Amino acid sequence: MNIDLPELSLVVLVGVSGSGKSSFARRHFKPTEVLSSDYCRGLVSDDENDQAATGDAFDVLSYIAGKRLKNGLLTVIDATNLRPEDRRKYVDLARQFHCLPVAIVLDLPERLCHERNRTRPDRNFGPHVIRNQRLALRRHLRGLRREGFRHTWLLESQEQVEASLVSRTPLWNNRKREHGPFDIIGDIHGCFDELVELLGLLGYKVQSDALRAEGDWLVTSPVDEHGASPTLIFLGDLVDRGPNSPAVLRLVMRLVAEGKAHCVPGNHDIKLLRQLGGKNVQLTHGLAETVAQLDGETPEFIEEVRVFIDSLVSHYVFDDGRLVVAHAGLKEDMQGRGSGRVREFCLYGETTGETDEFGLPVRYNWAAEYRGRAMVVYGHTPVPQADWLNNTICIDTGCVFGGSLTALRYPTRELVSVAAHRRYAAPARPLQPEAGVTDLTAQQQHDTALNLADVAGKRIIETRLHRSITLREENATAALEVMSRFAADPRWLIYLPPTMSPSETSEREGYLEHPAEAFEHYRTRGVGRVVIEEKHMGSRAVVIVCQDAEAARQRFGVNGPRDGTEDLGICYTRTGRRFFDDADLERALLQRVQRAVSQAGLWDELATSWLCLDCELMPWSAKAQALLRDQYAAVGSAARHALSEVVAVLDAASAVYGDGASQLRQTFEQRRRMADRFTAAYRHYCWPVAGIDDLKLAPFHILASEKAVFASRDHQWHMETLARLCAADERLLLATPFRVVDVNDEAETADAIEWWSQLTGRGGEGMVVKPFEFIARGTKGLLQPAIKCRGPEYLRIIYGPEYTAPENLSRLRKRGLNRKRSLALAEFALGIESLERFVRREPLRRVHECVFAVLAMESEPSDPRL
Amino acid sequence: MLLTIAATRFPDGSPATDLGYLLHKNPARVQTFEQSFGRVHVFYPHACEHRCQIAVLLDVDPVALVRRGGAVRSQRGLDQYVNDRPYVASSFLSVALNGLFATAMNGRCKERPQLVSCPTALSARLAVVSCRGGEEMVRSLFEPLGYEVAITAHPLDEAFPEWGESRVYSVQIGQTTTLQSLLQHLYILIPVLDNDKHYWVGQDEVEKLLVRGKDWLKEHPHREFITTRYLKYQSRLTRDALARLTEDEDDLDPDAAEAEHAAEEEAIERPLSLNQQRLGSVVSVLKSAGAASVLDLGCGEGNLLRLLLHDKQFARIVGVDVSLSSLQRAAQKLRFERMADHLRKRINLLHGSLIYRDDRLAGFDAAAVVEVIEHLDPPRLQAFERAVFEFARPRLVVMTTPNREYNVRWETLPAGAFRHRDHRFEWTRVEFREWAGRVASQHGYRVHFLPVGPEDTEVGSPTQMGVFERDAHCASLAGSEAVR
Repeated sequence: MNIDLPELSLVVLVGVSGSGKSSFARRHFKPTEVLSSDYCRGLVSDDENDQAATGDAFDVLSYIAGKRLKNGLLTVIDATNLRPEDRRKYVDLARQFHCLPVAIVLDLPERLCHERNRTRPDRNFGPHVIRNQRLALRRHLRGLRREGFRHTWLLESQEQVEASLVSRTPLWNNRKREHGPFDIIGDIHGCFDELVELLGLLGYKVQSDALRAEGDWLVTSPVDEHGASPTLIFLGDLVDRGPNSPAVLRLVMRLVAEGKAHCVPGNHDIKLLRQLGGKNVQLTHGLAETVAQLDGETPEFIEEVRVFIDSLVSHYVFDDGRLVVAHAGLKEDMQGRGSGRVREFCLYGETTGETDEFGLPVRYNWAAEYRGRAMVVYGHTPVPQADWLNNTICIDTGCVFGGSLTALRYPTRELVSVAAHRRYAAPARPLQPEAGVTDLTAQQQHDTALNLADVAGKRIIETRLHRSITLREENATAALEVMSRFAADPRWLIYLPPTMSPSETSEREGYLEHPAEAFEHYRTRGVGRVVIEEKHMGSRAVVIVCQDAEAARQRFGVNGPRDGTEDLGICYTRTGRRFFDDADLERALLQRVQRAVSQAGLWDELATSWLCLDCELMPWSAKAQALLRDQYAAVGSAARHALSEVVAVLDAASAVYGDGASQLRQTFEQRRRMADRFTAAYRHYCWPVAGIDDLKLAPFHILASEKAVFASRDHQWHMETLARLCAADERLLLATPFRVVDVNDEAETADAIEWWSQLTGRGGEGMVVKPFEFIARGTKGLLQPAIKCRGPEYLRIIYGPEYTAPENLSRLRKRGLNRKRSLALAEFALGIESLERFVRREPLRRVHECVFAVLAMESEPSDPRL
Repeated sequence: MLLTIAATRFPDGSPATDLGYLLHKNPARVQTFEQSFGRVHVFYPHACEHRCQIAVLLDVDPVALVRRGGAVRSQRGLDQYVNDRPYVASSFLSVALNGLFATAMNGRCKERPQLVSCPTALSARLAVVSCRGGEEMVRSLFEPLGYEVAITAHPLDEAFPEWGESRVYSVQIGQTTTLQSLLQHLYILIPVLDNDKHYWVGQDEVEKLLVRGKDWLKEHPHREFITTRYLKYQSRLTRDALARLTEDEDDLDPDAAEAEHAAEEEAIERPLSLNQQRLGSVVSVLKSAGAASVLDLGCGEGNLLRLLLHDKQFARIVGVDVSLSSLQRAAQKLRFERMADHLRKRINLLHGSLIYRDDRLAGFDAAAVVEVIEHLDPPRLQAFERAVFEFARPRLVVMTTPNREYNVRWETLPAGAFRHRDHRFEWTRVEFREWAGRVASQHGYRVHFLPVGPEDTEVGSPTQMGVFERDAHCASLAGSEAVR
């Protein structure tokens, strides 16, 4: 006997003790697929035959079975399962997870079972036990179907058992191996003319077929340059209300028959099926029209229609699980499953049990909760405009109500619509959105409230550039606090900059960091060319600037003056706070940048209405005023005044003690000089700010625009493009000096080192060394996107005024960079990931997840001097 | 880092250089002593029979300071590495004084016993002292002990005069006294001025204070202040993560600042004990509405939670706050660990944020949002509205917020200022009512308003309260739309 199991089923073995269930299970299933009640009894009581442990054992078993079914894994229950009440709980479990319960019954001769039990030391019960079990089994065998088992198999002899084969069949809805492209068409409702027009727009040729009867149309699919054709998918509700349901049916049925299309049923189609099947259904909601139109058709055609609708599968899963289609949409936990409830959902969706002001049931908005990986395309509810929400889209644009007929092209996500030729029916509730509702997209409206569950707790984030990144719960907790109390509106936060590691520690006398190590770092990892850029000492600033307030509203979903965000963009810090407390100053800055972008012609050149720039904003004192005064200036002041008194006292002492004190004097005189240099070091980065004219903004990455994340462009492009931007407003914008260096060329590297020495000699912070390409990989994966190389004087404000004293320097050289570097890589990958998700127009939560993760990683302890 | 002590000829005619005997340090050469924090050099820049000056020069090892850890003020970010510890007079100096001059401080001297208790003209100079309390504090500590005090203030940075004066001073004190007293005064008062200690302060610190201060501290008008500061008990809630994140941002320690600001607000409002009235009014509304399950959104340290616990009507109480440290303090204050099981079952604390939708908050009878919304940035209010009224969606929401109009009645509040520095806005009655009315109608609630605190005919009550009740037929609007 061939036992053909649906690939996702809950298999309940039924049979008396000794009937060979466990051996059967061993032969046909993986050990992990089989859950044995004996084994679970042993788990909870140390005795597989302890009947008192049965209750606990069942809890364990059903918990495991539930987890397996949730994860889409076939599961076998190995227990006697003799009575309906034993089996009932498995039927319930299968239903809970939308799997098919099936039963395999081993009803073998009593004597054989008894013999087997006798050979087992732990089963010394008399023959009456088996007899009673067998009676119980046979009493209810015929009711298995009624109990809810969709398939049952009965094996009555050892020969039959031995000859049996078990195979597994994918569910009808499983079309994962079809990868498209697809053209998915929304609710047609008999609007045949619009359908033909839409097919034409999509490149299909629709002509009357000379070989067939009139009204039978031949559709020729478009063929791309590789000879491939798209497959059509119809989302159901082919009929009712509209002018020509039979023609629609005829066309779709033929396309499906020819393998050019798939079709899922809609609730109207199913109601028609019931009517055709002779059920007494009310001829409402446009069914009357369909019935009237079918009146002229032949009985053969009507029978064909009945068979066609009856054969339709509730939903399909395509393209390795990346695309799901169903008439009314489908929740993640129902996708690819088969049960009555799944079918119900596919046809009607769910309602909340309430009714709205038009007396219609209120629909449960499953799409707002949707977090699945698969794109879900559906219809059923007419909407004024097809609109993405959490990777789902409803493309029923109410053609029959005078709206339009819409197709979605997969995978390009292109929407193609034709307007209804007229209004064929009146909707029960208006199709147009209520007046006063914002013109944000559904996704943008949804995204005004992010869900804590999407960011809190331990998380694993997949990034394109790097491995998947794990966030610890504690870090997410810290990030939540910062994000909630201080951060700007998450709609603006599409990126947070990564931390940056310094170069390997230099052993050169007087240096902790030196360019030679940075060049060496990249050279030994197979990078030939690097870009060196001056590192400005200010505060990191991310600037998002839009062409106008309208572009800001459209793309970032900030909704107008009411929430005070009618802005041209934003300028925020590396922790996501607004850079300026003074809104006017921020606006002034953004206006200047916006004008510069216009003047440099970048809107057109980059085909965008917004840009995200990674910048340094100077002076340092503009943002870090408190830090400067409370820490740097205070330390400098204490050091200089204390040390000058010390030197004076030591002067006097030298006169008394001679050499004994002058040695000491020299040491402290050196320290005094170091204290002076410490003060001089931070002074370079401070100047008073009275207004915008005192600020300098140095952009160094063009991170993203409407069309692209510019991680694909090399740093020379970034620098040169930004230089043109900066030339448009030289008072505010500062082009960053840079060079391209071949790290294998000694003369070039020597020059570069000289360049660095001069730069830092003038009080500059240092430089950043980057691989020429924005994203560089070595044999061990992603390389550091940038390495900083800070000047010796600058490092005084990091390591303390006296760090250059040889006895200090030798100890400070023992520093570990690994932690910093792994953070830098993870944060870089997260930053690019968040931008890419934003540019792909993914839901805000997916962008926010990455931004939140960067913030969380930054709360991880690490040496702040690095 | 530098202390000099100078003496002139003693009243009995002994030469000034006898200071060396008293201190038990030979003026003949520069002496260096190893200490836990580095080295101390002792020498005499000036030594003749008329005037003798000893210098104690601390040579603090800045790198070891970091490596040993636990040494420095607030331990936050770069503060750990770049700080004034090597340069100012601090507990390091006290440790050095105790190590080097213990005999003198104990009032013993074998060679010149007659000088020990003989007051003489002494002066001491500290270069430099860091004192956040300013010159006034320096004077208030030394002058009551009879010292003439001369203070030189130093600017933060001459190049940026607009940054003002630093908190760093060179301090010179002088009077006719015994060397023992001078050393004892310095030993106790230096760390008090500096307000930090480089070591853990425990019980033995109390003993030290009592020994070194026994002759003078109880007469000092600021003895309480001195004692508190000297015994620097600080429950340092290590909030490393948050600290690092806010590094180089303007407000350096949000939690410390928060506590300070809350105290300020309370001080402003104190004459009425407004907070008590506010919480009382909230509880009263919750009670008469018959709420059994209650959310306290933004529960802080749990003042409202405590009141709710007292009433059995509230069978399920959940406090939510975004600050983990507030929640920890709430758990402590409510004595979670010792709470009886039946009480503990009624209450729970959740770390959460009011600008994220949080499914754990759904299904409650009522939510109290007491003095919370004014801490949200106006652009984030929309997210808050949805989180509370669309997703948590309790039957009743009780919300309080300051009435800005009333601020003119607070005597200590400067005109135009907010009551709390973290307030992002304060609303007039009209503003609150407009906002509340819109939110209510948008989400299917009805709202009415109650005054909290004495009602002024002109400016209303100090706190305004909005009571939102969900429309009965409108159980859920959350993300709903109608089917055909």
